Amino acid sequence: MKKSIKDWFSEWDEDKINLTELTANQGNENLIKEEKKEHNISELVELKQKELSRAGKIYPVLAALLCVVIIYFMLMTVSGLPKFGQADNPTNNEVVERYVEKGMEETGAVNVVAGVILDYRAFDTLGESHVLFTAVIAVFTLLLADKEEKETIEEGQIMKQDNILRNTAIFIVPLTVLFGIYVILNGHLGPGGGFSGGAIIGAAFIIYAMAFGFSGIEKFLTLKTFRIIVLCALLFYSGAKCYSFFCGANELHSIFGPGTPGMILSSGLILPLNIAVGIVVACTMYGFYSIFKRGRI
Amino acid sequence: MLEFIWTNRIQCVSVILFAIGFSTLLLHRNLMKKIIGLNIMDTATYLFLTSIGMIEGRLAPIIQNGDTDVSKYVNPLPAGLVLTGIVVSVSVTAVMLALTIRLYKSYHTLNLDEIYLKAQEEQEEEP
Repeated sequence: MKKSIKDWFSEWDEDKINLTELTANQGNENLIKEEKKEHNISELVELKQKELSRAGKIYPVLAALLCVVIIYFMLMTVSGLPKFGQADNPTNNEVVERYVEKGMEETGAVNVVAGVILDYRAFDTLGESHVLFTAVIAVFTLLLADKEEKETIEEGQIMKQDNILRNTAIFIVPLTVLFGIYVILNGHLGPGGGFSGGAIIGAAFIIYAMAFGFSGIEKFLTLKTFRIIVLCALLFYSGAKCYSFFCGANELHSIFGPGTPGMILSSGLILPLNIAVGIVVACTMYGFYSIFKRGRI
Repeated sequence: MLEFIWTNRIQCVSVILFAIGFSTLLLHRNLMKKIIGLNIMDTATYLFLTSIGMIEGRLAPIIQNGDTDVSKYVNPLPAGLVLTGIVVSVSVTAVMLALTIRLYKSYHTLNLDEIYLKAQEEQEEEP
């Protein structure tokens, strides 16, 4: 019944799927019944496909026509837009002026985008982290359920013997992790931040897991530690933002002041929040890979 | 009249990309291709949003040497919005892929028509 990812992709082309072939590979006795059923279905599918092939000639043409119509109307809309790249466009209004002129003074972040997303609009980013968290929960509930399939999937079965990948990974993984940490810590001083840096570290974990199997990463990242890490990071994020909302609304003095802009330990809560977000994103990226690859973390 | 195609070329490209993604979503019966189409639509939206914030000849919104003059930097707001959008689209893609894997495990096909037929069959068998 089970098929590797390779087989799965080879069946992408839906016209080439032959259901009877699928059942022929399953040498189980109690599948005869099922085979009958599937045979029935394959006849039905053939009928349906005949039906569809008649409509199928018109359908792509209609869809392409619809696509052209959509392009036409949207291009008409674009023709009404102001000229690209001009300073006096209506999008460059007083909100942006305020963010750029007062942003560094109020948040302490040299990178205005980081100041906007983690200070002025931090509620937005909090919701975004929760969307990611909810997605992780949804993927876990969908894919973790198969307990009997756990043992059948061997670790790193395809890539394990690959010497080129292994020797490249030895060089690349430490550098990638370092670069990811740099991007996270530099989020308020330059281009970067928690999401991009976390994605880079997650990519390093994935390369490591591809080259050396999952056992190396399991030493410090199991399902239990994954849950604890993600939960702690999100709780820290929520708590920190609650504190700054409380201070801001009651006009109290926050103990996390903006500091000297340009220093690494400045800009209040932006650096710790970036670290928390980075940890969540790194764990999540690796978690997605692991769970899609073998059904568990 | 048609000079907007050159002056607003990035927006034009993003609109065409959006339509390509949309027609991919419509045309194919394969679930993986539908997901790819949705991702193309996402990317087109981000391209459009970031192009809105661009001002020619200005720097990225990272304040240099303490100079907070607004006429030196591009619009930082669309970048923040796009960042939110990218994370949401990653989450949605992951959930869609997980659902597709579950569907494939129970119906052994990715074709939407066949899945529909098999599901109908199952429903008829149950009392």
